[in-house]
Amino acid sequence: MNNVLKLLLEGEPLDTAQIGKILNLGAEAVDRELAGLRAQGILLGMRAVLNPSYEAERRVRAVIEIKIRTEGTGGFDGIAERISQFEQVESCYLMSGGYDLLVVVTADNLYKVAGFVHERLARIEGVQGTSTHFFLRAYKKDGFVITDEGTRRDQPSVSP
Amino acid sequence: MDDSARFVAQHVATLPKSGIRDFFAIVSKMKDAVSLGIGEPDFVTPFHIREAAMAALEKGRTSYTDNRGTLALREEISRYVARNYGPEYNPEDEILVTVGVSEALDALLRATLNPGDKVLYHEPCYVSYAPSVTLCHATPVPIRTVSSDQFALDPAALRAAWQPGCKVLVLNFPTNPTGGTANRAKLEEIAKFAIEKDLLVASDEIYSELTFDGDHVSIASLPGMRERTVFLHGFSKAFAMTGFRIGYACGPAGVIDGMLKIHQYGIMCASIISQEAAVEALKNGRESMLHMRDKYRERRDFIVRRFNELGLPCHLPRGAFYAFPNITGTGLDSMTFASQLLAAQKVAMVPGTAFGAAGAGFCRASFSTSYERIHEAGERIARFLDTLPARK
Repeated sequence: MNNVLKLLLEGEPLDTAQIGKILNLGAEAVDRELAGLRAQGILLGMRAVLNPSYEAERRVRAVIEIKIRTEGTGGFDGIAERISQFEQVESCYLMSGGYDLLVVVTADNLYKVAGFVHERLARIEGVQGTSTHFFLRAYKKDGFVITDEGTRRDQPSVSP
Repeated sequence: MDDSARFVAQHVATLPKSGIRDFFAIVSKMKDAVSLGIGEPDFVTPFHIREAAMAALEKGRTSYTDNRGTLALREEISRYVARNYGPEYNPEDEILVTVGVSEALDALLRATLNPGDKVLYHEPCYVSYAPSVTLCHATPVPIRTVSSDQFALDPAALRAAWQPGCKVLVLNFPTNPTGGTANRAKLEEIAKFAIEKDLLVASDEIYSELTFDGDHVSIASLPGMRERTVFLHGFSKAFAMTGFRIGYACGPAGVIDGMLKIHQYGIMCASIISQEAAVEALKNGRESMLHMRDKYRERRDFIVRRFNELGLPCHLPRGAFYAFPNITGTGLDSMTFASQLLAAQKVAMVPGTAFGAAGAGFCRASFSTSYERIHEAGERIARFLDTLPARK
């Protein structure tokens, strides 16, 4: 794997100057690498990972399972691409199993999610049924375990 | 008034405190210090190992064990050592599970040394070696290792340091604090000398899995050495299990029996919970161990390059997770350098002299920490160096 990408995926908060120094590349070279990764469609963007409990006070998040009828519609891709356009949709996946699309949405409150389901999703040609589940509490997000206290609290700062 | 110190035995009263303790006292009171002084893995113990400890509790496995350790663990240790290091040890009477390598080494020295015996060891080295020898009313005999040799033990230096009365030779490769390693050729010469002088070898191989370049060779695997070597190892570094306090000694039954006497009266047995976790580490911990080793190697390359860029010459340690840069170019001694760096830029490095006189002119920097902290430490050290008269 590309070294710049490997370092980004480790999740440490590093800017391009720091990455440049760590990889002995220089900040410009790192910028070029990142631009290259973007141009290839590998790196879609970079975002801060927030503690879900902070987000939960402001937004609700739900996962919606969607069953789809493909005859006479644009097929899975057409419908999935259409659903993905909505700004409420955080991610959208085609799934194996009992339903077809898994959509994660965020909204200001529960009613807005409900509105999205019956006013937007349900009206799309080919959507046969939906099942909506709200997130209650997060225990791990994007590789970060969410705990109340640090695991290394009692570690001495200097040891032999 | 507390004058209870008068009760303390003379050889304990005169034993110097670890230089690291004083330093720790200062750093622990300092906010936002960047510490490169931590001598343990930056990783939390892999979860499957922690879970094995939890399962032990759930099942009510909270009793004493055999003084030697559970047979299940000794059998795993026997397989692990044979597979990775070569020599085969009988789980029945050639393996002793201890509370870390520190206890194993202490038990070994106490089991073998008579008052006045001498113990050879290479310096700079882990802080406990010389004091543990002194506590046995024996005499530590240091052998200097040098940076031009990447702190490997030169067999000629060993020969020169030897004197009548030397009974034990303590080896530690890869070495804390220098990352020094010993290749097969050097070990063969050392082994030949140990046989010639009838030395018992205590080989502390706690960092052996964290060997980055070349293969780790255990002196216990060389011809004629199994019967005069006690192989000391543990779980703290390779499996990030420092708090479990679990180590072991493998060696000929006669010496292990002697150690067992001290262990059974002084310790009884290692914690059964830690022993259960250790079994899991040996059975299924290899993948996470290799992952951690890769991370250490990447950080090593970065920190060593930074020290050299900053004008603090630093050899590439082939193992363990410490860089040991030479700070003599700053015009300061190790202790002054470390203290001033801490006071001025809040970066903690351990003065090389904490690891013996041969560490003078060096400081130890652990790279078992995040890139962000290593990067930040580098920036701060650069600022500190700019203020030194010798560097202007």
